[in-house]
Amino acid sequence: MKNKSLVSISDYSKEEILHILELAAGFEANPNQPLMRDKVVASLFFEPSTRTRLSFDTAINRLGARVVGFTDASSSSTTKGETLKDTIKMVSNYADMIVMRHPLEGSARYASEQARVPIINAGDGANQHPTQTMLDLYSIQKTQGTLENLTIFMVGDLKYGRTVHSLLMALSLFNPTFYFVAPKEMSMPREYKIFLKEKGIRYFEQFEMGNLEKADILYMTRVQKERFSDPIEYERVKNAYVLKNAMLANTKDNLKVLHPLPRVNEIHPDVDANPKAYYFQQAENGVYTRMAIMSAIMGVK
Amino acid sequence: MSKQKQLQVSAIENGTVIDHIPAASLFDVISILGLDHISNLITFGTNLDSHKFDKKAIIKVADKFFERDEINKISLVAPHAKLNIIRDYEVVEKRDVTIPDDVVGIVKCFNPKCVTNNEAITTRFRVEDKVDLALKCHYCEKITTRDELQMM
Repeated sequence: MKNKSLVSISDYSKEEILHILELAAGFEANPNQPLMRDKVVASLFFEPSTRTRLSFDTAINRLGARVVGFTDASSSSTTKGETLKDTIKMVSNYADMIVMRHPLEGSARYASEQARVPIINAGDGANQHPTQTMLDLYSIQKTQGTLENLTIFMVGDLKYGRTVHSLLMALSLFNPTFYFVAPKEMSMPREYKIFLKEKGIRYFEQFEMGNLEKADILYMTRVQKERFSDPIEYERVKNAYVLKNAMLANTKDNLKVLHPLPRVNEIHPDVDANPKAYYFQQAENGVYTRMAIMSAIMGVK
Repeated sequence: MSKQKQLQVSAIENGTVIDHIPAASLFDVISILGLDHISNLITFGTNLDSHKFDKKAIIKVADKFFERDEINKISLVAPHAKLNIIRDYEVVEKRDVTIPDDVVGIVKCFNPKCVTNNEAITTRFRVEDKVDLALKCHYCEKITTRDELQMM
């Protein structure tokens, strides 16, 4: 893993994923480990993000490293017309590692080919978001005691929701059963269904919230307004996939509700008090998993 | 008598004849092989009657012998193309084209948000399905299908 970019979760083997999760548990037990005191991390956010950026910044600081970079493209030389290639070439001369979020899909893979230092993809458009996946896996493993043989429900925007795509690919290493709950126009893209078929993984598609008693994990996603070209279509779809506390009545005891956050209205606030709600703890896990990923890539752990 | 009135694309002494190109793909084939940038003698015919498609096209390139990798590039738009290698007016070899495992720099990624459509980057695809044609972009990881296929 040392000096290897993390662009797509499929860059990591099952063993590497489990190793990261083990390191993350160590950081959760002891979050202040200044193992990267002599390192500079470039944090390049070509697109604004609060949660992911603060989580990375926290992880970098807890590891004792220093951070340089920008928080949106308007404060970078991109506005002067600099290409991504040139920005990456330049920054990789300065920093030991680059954390990058960019609106274009495939930008992180391209950056990893141009940079002399490892790249961590913090989201490339609707494509991949592997560190989110790692924290999701950590949350699942922590609450279920295992990643193997689980039944996972994915609900909401499965077409553009990159977190569900990355999570699907990672969980495919652990013999899952998937239920995809989405409106037709937001259904799981063909390439992921081909991928599951090739791997011989069971999946079911349904248009309505149902069969919840089968679930070990209920992974809710936000139906993002900005993904719709037609605002009427958004209004029609946004209320169809709302989780309410009453719906959890007959679900398994071990069920946990996950959500990458921020939520809008897809989880009713009456779910928050239910012990099955795990989305806030899930977000906290992001710091430990990002510490684990960065320290593994820098070879300090 | 009618036979003599039929226009034949003239024979070549040495070179390659590419036959059974779907007529609609003729100019894609020319562009993929870079035939619009070479000085060899080239003749082509299009909208010829064909048993395989509605209309076919044929290209004859004098003094040109293609490498297998090079010619396989046209398989995306002309999967049934047949090559006749001509030496001294005789067909010395017949060849089919096969769809390669990787496609580099010929096809445009259909995803407008792909980085390759926004910056000067050579496209790269892994061919995931050779029958129905599914090209997975090395960068954005989206699938481009036959219907969405567009040459650079």
